[in-house]
This record gives sequence, structure tokens and C-alpha cells, in this order.
Amino acid sequence: MWIFEVLGFGQKGWGGLLIVAALMTLCVTTVALIIGAILGTMVAAAKLSGNKFLRTLGNIYTTVFRGVPELLIIYLIYFGGSGAVTAIGRYLGYEGFLGLPSFAAGALAVGIISGAYQAEVYRGAFLAIPKGELEAAEAIGMHRGLRFRRIIAPQVLRFAIPGIGNVWQLSLKDSALVSVTGLADLMRTSQVAAGSTRQYLLFFVVGGCLYLVLTALSDRLFTGAERRANRSMPSSFSQA
Amino acid sequence: MDFAFLFQTMKTLLAAVPMTLALFFLSIFFGGLLALLIVWMRVAKNPVVRNFAKGYIFVFRGSPLLIQMFLVFYGLGQFGFIRYSFLWPFLREPFVCAVLSLALCTGGYTAEIFRGGLRAVPAREIEAARSIGMSGFLLVRRIIGPIAFRHALPAYSTEIVMMVKSTALASLVTVWEVTGVAQRLISQTYRTMEVFLCAAAIYLVLNFLILQATALLEHRLSRHRRAAPRLP
Repeated sequence: MWIFEVLGFGQKGWGGLLIVAALMTLCVTTVALIIGAILGTMVAAAKLSGNKFLRTLGNIYTTVFRGVPELLIIYLIYFGGSGAVTAIGRYLGYEGFLGLPSFAAGALAVGIISGAYQAEVYRGAFLAIPKGELEAAEAIGMHRGLRFRRIIAPQVLRFAIPGIGNVWQLSLKDSALVSVTGLADLMRTSQVAAGSTRQYLLFFVVGGCLYLVLTALSDRLFTGAERRANRSMPSSFSQA
Repeated sequence: MDFAFLFQTMKTLLAAVPMTLALFFLSIFFGGLLALLIVWMRVAKNPVVRNFAKGYIFVFRGSPLLIQMFLVFYGLGQFGFIRYSFLWPFLREPFVCAVLSLALCTGGYTAEIFRGGLRAVPAREIEAARSIGMSGFLLVRRIIGPIAFRHALPAYSTEIVMMVKSTALASLVTVWEVTGVAQRLISQTYRTMEVFLCAAAIYLVLNFLILQATALLEHRLSRHRRAAPRLP
């Protein structure tokens, strides 16, 4: 059967490469999620702060990066980043073009986009904390750091899990666009395999199925995490 | 800042806006029709039909739009019966492939949104309509449809904005819309920031206008919920 030959793990098979590519997609998305978590926390803090300038800055960030196509942002980071790296290289005495590694550019771009969505998730989660708990913490003399660590962070994380799950699914699909920078992720590898064997239908279906496996598995993971995080809550509350 | 260059870039990009809008409106239209069909199947009693709709939603929401688009653009031509059918002159066009895959994808997402709207229709309103003898299509047209649509509108406006952004992917199957033209300008001039700013501004204005329009629609549809205007 030729299908088993091209999809297998043998000399002519693309199976191994596709598995590696799926892991690469997971890798890019994970790094992007971490970058997005850092950016998202900062932006959420800016949007919730009393400072008007910071609030406006936060609003601009979330509006721009949620309102502009992901592909355009990837082009900006990839080409713009390469331009910046080349300029630094020239300053250090290296002539010629230097490219930003496509993994770094892709993870950064998807991370910036996911940061905009995560900021809204964290902001919503923070607003869901009962005000009385914050006041109680203040009343017994907890200072800011302790209050953040003991009261805010645990609850924000619990309230944010479903939202983070959605952002993860979104980033997983956005990471397919990183393939335009030449990174050998699942999308790009399916494309190369399809082109070189001329079995477009087969490889795009297989690639799509691998994405479905990734999204279905991560969906289960997040549902499990949600259940675990809410295990101390009253049952009617955790199911809400 | 080089205003002459910015002006020139803006002019080139604005010329591509009709293509983006055409992709957007056609895919929203066909995607909406498809979503109605799928949501009808999703709430059907027949388990085969229901599970087919579930599977459709799972596949199209779970995989990236880009791979769906490539599947349509490169994959369909592999079938002999499609290549020799009367449809081929259409399906050969990148524009038709882009609209087809955008509509198929948004159909899955929109079906879930519409289903959320359907679940918000109070059972007692349906019972009341049935008790005065309304049935079938009239019930859907007068009671279920309007209530469900009003409830689904906020989520649907998010999906519409997502679709505006998704039209950018059509550039990867050689449709020259705004992002595709912007990418060409970037690789010709290497002035990333200026081109990006112009393209971003276009998309932000489009999304802003669309959100305003849906907010206006929502305002009009919830007229009965506001207090009656005070008489002078």
C-alpha cells in the first residue's frame, strides 16, 4: 500500500517528520503562551491601574493586537525583527543581512497576540475576585506582595483556566501561520510533504487530523485542570 | 517620517480593500447560510444527523483555517471527477477557493454561536406560541428566530471581526487583498513599520465600523427592553 509507505516511518515515509513537526507546533505554542502570559499580566495590570496613561496604553495594546490580522503581525515581527537584527549587526561591524530565527520570531508574534487575549482573561478573572476578600486582606495588614501571592494570584489562576484554555486553542491555530516564515512546524511540513509527493489531499488531511488530535487532547487537559482547580469549591459553583 | 511614502503605501493598500470586503461579505453570507443548516442538524432528533453536525463543528473549529484553505485550494484538484466537472472553471479560481474555505470554517463557529442563542430562548415562549396554534416555520420565524438572533448577536459580532482578520489568509492562496499587498510592499521596500502601520490602520477602521454597526443593530433589536420614552 503506497499510503502506508508515504505516511510510515521508513526511508520514504513522512510519518517521523510529521510527528516531529507536531512537537514543534506544540513547542512554539507553549513558548508563545508563556510570552503571552508575561505580557498579558503586565497589560492587565496596566488596564486595571489607576493611572490614566497606563490604562490608555493597555487599551491600545489589546485593541491593536486583537483587531489586526495575525498574519500581518507575524510579517511585522519577522521582517521588522530581521531589520533590527541587521541594523545591530551593522553597528557591530557585520555587513549583510541577518535574519531573525523563525522560531523566535514566530513564538514572539504569536505570544504578542496571545498576550492581548490573555490580558482580557486575567482582567476578567481579577474582577471576579470578591471585593471583600481584598479588603479583608488589607484590613489584617497584608502588604501588596503578600496580598498578591496569597489572595490574588491563586484566585485569578483558578478563574482564568477556562479563558486560558480558549487562548491556547487560538494560539495553537495561529501557530500554523508561523509556517510562512519557513519554520518546520506541522503546517509547513504537511505543505512540503504534499508538494514533494504531489499528494496534496492526503497530507493536508493528515496534517489537519494531527491538529485535531492536539486540540482535542489539550481540551481534555484544560477540562481536567479546571476540575482540579475547583475541587475545593462547592459543587454548584465549580460547574457554573 | 516619510509622508510621501506613507501616502503612496496607503493608496496602494486602499486599492486592495474592495477585495478584502468581497471576501468578507461573501464568506459571511454563505457561512451564515451554512451555519443555519448545521445548527438545524445539530439540534435534530435523529442521532445520525446530530452527530454529523457535531463532527463538522469539531473538525472545522479544531483545525487551523490555513490547512483547510490549502486542502480546498490544492486538494480538490486531485479528484478527477471535480477536475472534469462543470464546477472546475470556478474551483480553479483562488478567490472561489478562499471564499469556500472561509465560509466552511465560519459555518462551524457560527453554528455553535447560533446554538447558544437557541438555548437562550425561554421554553415558555415556545409553549405560549404552540398553545395559540403556531407551528413549524411560523414559530421559527416569529418567536425562536428573533429571540435567538438577539441573544447570539454579541458573540456573533466577535466572530465577524475574526472573519475580517481571517480574510488575510487568502493572500497565501494568491488572492491580492490588503495583507497580501502589504506583504509584497514589505518585501519590495523593507520598510516594515510604515507598511504595517498603514495596513493595521485599515483593518482597525474596518473592525471599528463593523462593531459600531452590530452595536447599532443590537440597540435597535432590544428596543422593547428599554424604558418607554417619556411623553412630553
